Amino acid sequence: MVTCINDALFPDTGRAVVTLLRRLGVEVDFPEAQTCCGQPMVNTGYLDEAVPPLRSFVKAFDGYDAIVTPSGSCAGSARHQHGIVAQRHFQRSGDPALVAAVERTAPRTYELSEFLVDVLEVTDVGAYFPHRVTYHPTCHSLRMLGVGDRPVRLLQAVRGLDLVELPRAEECCGFGGTFAVKNADTSVAMVSDKARHVRETGAEVLVAGDNSCLMNIGGALTRQRAGVRVMHLAEILASTEQRTAAS
Amino acid sequence: MTSHTQGARDEILGKVRSALSGTAPTARPPIPHGSAPDDVVALFAERVADYRAVVERCTERQLPPRLKAALPEGRVVVPAGLSVQVPDAVVDDGLTAAELDACAAVVTDATVGIAETGTIVLDHGPGQGRRAITLVPDVHVCIVRTDQVVADVPDAMPRLDPTRPLTWISGPSATSDIELDRVEGVHGPRTLHVLLVG
Amino acid sequence: MTATFVGMPRFPVAAKAALADTQLRRNLAHATATIRDKRARVVAEVDNWEELRLAGAAIKDAALFSLDTQLVLLEERLTAAGATVRWARDAAEACAIVAEVAQAHDIDEVVKVKSMVTLEIGLNEALEAEGIAAWETDLAELIVQLGDDLPSHILVPAIHRNRAEIREIFQRRMTGAEGITDEPAALAGAARTHLREKFLNARMAVSGANFAVAETGTLVVVESEGNGRMCLTLPEVLVSVVGIEKVVPTWEDLDVFLRLLPRSATGERMNPYTSTWTGVTPRDGPQEVVVVLLDNGRTRALADQVGRQALRCIRCSACLNSCPVYERVGGHAYGSVYPGPIGAILNPLLKGVGTDPQVDSLPYASSLCGACFEVCPVRIDIPSVLVDLRAQVVDAHRARRWGGIPSTQTVAMKGAAVTFGSGRRLGLAERFARLGTGVASRFGASGWTSARDLPRAPRESFRAWWRRTDGGRS
Repeated sequence: MVTCINDALFPDTGRAVVTLLRRLGVEVDFPEAQTCCGQPMVNTGYLDEAVPPLRSFVKAFDGYDAIVTPSGSCAGSARHQHGIVAQRHFQRSGDPALVAAVERTAPRTYELSEFLVDVLEVTDVGAYFPHRVTYHPTCHSLRMLGVGDRPVRLLQAVRGLDLVELPRAEECCGFGGTFAVKNADTSVAMVSDKARHVRETGAEVLVAGDNSCLMNIGGALTRQRAGVRVMHLAEILASTEQRTAAS
Repeated sequence: MTSHTQGARDEILGKVRSALSGTAPTARPPIPHGSAPDDVVALFAERVADYRAVVERCTERQLPPRLKAALPEGRVVVPAGLSVQVPDAVVDDGLTAAELDACAAVVTDATVGIAETGTIVLDHGPGQGRRAITLVPDVHVCIVRTDQVVADVPDAMPRLDPTRPLTWISGPSATSDIELDRVEGVHGPRTLHVLLVG
Repeated sequence: MTATFVGMPRFPVAAKAALADTQLRRNLAHATATIRDKRARVVAEVDNWEELRLAGAAIKDAALFSLDTQLVLLEERLTAAGATVRWARDAAEACAIVAEVAQAHDIDEVVKVKSMVTLEIGLNEALEAEGIAAWETDLAELIVQLGDDLPSHILVPAIHRNRAEIREIFQRRMTGAEGITDEPAALAGAARTHLREKFLNARMAVSGANFAVAETGTLVVVESEGNGRMCLTLPEVLVSVVGIEKVVPTWEDLDVFLRLLPRSATGERMNPYTSTWTGVTPRDGPQEVVVVLLDNGRTRALADQVGRQALRCIRCSACLNSCPVYERVGGHAYGSVYPGPIGAILNPLLKGVGTDPQVDSLPYASSLCGACFEVCPVRIDIPSVLVDLRAQVVDAHRARRWGGIPSTQTVAMKGAAVTFGSGRRLGLAERFARLGTGVASRFGASGWTSARDLPRAPRESFRAWWRRTDGGRS
């Protein structure tokens, strides 16, 4: 699952995932029926409107061994919210097909770092990235999925990479989907503090496992002309001496 | 009970029952215990002192002089049935709040000491007195015997009688209401002096 | 108190005003950081903290799922121990009972233990209307009362005030406090002197209760300053207003909460004072004890299968202190005595959604980061309840606007549902509309772009790249 945001706005992340997984010997497919996990609707309260994207999701992914996504948030949605949407749809329509399909797809959905560390059992993915990097553990990766230190272990194994600690790393960046527009002032206050903490580290690159959060923090960093780039974890892990990440 | 409140009672209980219809009762796990410390009495002394209470360990024979030294100038009130003699102390026989306010200190025994949390529990029986006497005077000298000290809160519960009023005391009166900065000394005794005997 | 939460604006509007107050931002950042660190230290000391949380949640669930039996038992035991039990459906009934007890004794002045439930029902204002003065005796409540202010935190209602501001309030409203310094110890000392006479002469006190033990009829008040002990011990008459969700089944159950609450609340191993009492004790403390069991929306919350877990709340405030939204906007923006993440779910659950825009705005006052759930001592899954309440808000408006004009948000969501209904339609949308920025602008991108740049849309979507290159193979 490349996710709708990556599909439309951050295709480099999707391409990096393909490159990385193929390098590790995984057969990768992109079922074109996929659209969105439905999280924007669910988190705004539109559960009925989440049914069409959920239908597309199970249609696209049912039958694969593993559904891998470069987003803690979308993986969390598949694992924790799809069941809620499907149950409600069942109660209202009497159609149990969606519930059954979600029972198959939800446990097979992995955030990228989970898939690498738990399923492929690798932490050194053969990457090379000679830069000073700081890592923001996104809320849904950290608290909804519990990815723990998997991304950090992956980053520590990257040759040439200098990983520096981010102050108050575990605090939310203020994105929160429609929160960033419904409560824009509060969201801006949060992201301004996050961007300040990033600047304090002196890192060249801020890395995270979710482009939605990076879009938020990166938007504040470029507005402040901070000179810090944001990159998805997949793009750093896909980089090698031969193939440097698109910047 | 007035009829007004009877109507409210029936309506509330009815709403509770309808809210719960179709709900199965839940299973309850056993109450967890922490690991026991090596030296319960030493931990108790350390944790009480952490609250900026005064803690002294002594033998039964050392108790009277230590007690004398712990007491400030002025009138001292004691409950009936206190385990030691306090010379010149007033034994409480229902003193008014104003009379208690004129006392400089109170001396009592205790029911239980809890090491993990540095807590003393009074059940206000003989030797401890009614609740007001350990509240109004500004100095509380509390005698705790080492055999009264238990490891943690779950060990204390079976030793306490819930039908009696209980006061759990962890250090002197304190507040964190200003900038969450803890300061000792508000309405309760500003000095807690624990004599740990045995 | 002249200030009121009635008529407060929706959360985003109130938050905007709070965010502009730099002094408030500094006070909150300092205070919440202090308490978060303290909590983290004492929680780390407990090797079986997670087990304790599970036990706390299970005990509360057991009590809630048999609440009718527990309440009847509590009433029976309290009555047997010499207390009078009264029941109140709502705030007005509860306030009337308290006033009636005071009037029966010709009492025109009561002292109060800090209690959330009496703030919830507006007891002070109701008593004032009956000519009865109610004195708050908790230091923070006193600061709020003397400052004609509103509480902004469950545990530390004056958290939005710093020492200099508190000093100024005391100088203005307390006799003899003119030359006081802003040292917290000096300010606490001034409160001691100010209230001493009130305590020694009070004939009636009003309290809440942190817990009510059904099998024994025991009420529990957890506090720090000793003002609670003063109120519970010295007056002749004691009225305790207790929300029906405060019940725990057995005496042993209390143990778990006395281990969870102080560490979660003030970051202490134990709070300075906990008082427990069972009805009337002859010759010790109040000889008339009245317990008011209050509903005021709790049965409504209990009927909500997802939201009822909010009734497990023990009012520790750990969720407020850990919330990045609360830390920046403070408590007043939530428009209720229950602010922060727990307030964002408790208020809609107690009051219901779909009628008051302020209440309906609360479930959206969160980025769903989950920090609240992580620290909650009774494991209330606040993010899940927030999401469920958002659906209830949308459904309530969906039903009402049926046939009317849908909101722009609804149009956007319905449009997205159609677009996301098939990969083909999404591919087309991407080609024609540059979907990402399109979605953002439909929600009103001005909020976003006030301090953030939007990403530039790429030349080619991933989908188009995959198709053009056969998945990167050509």
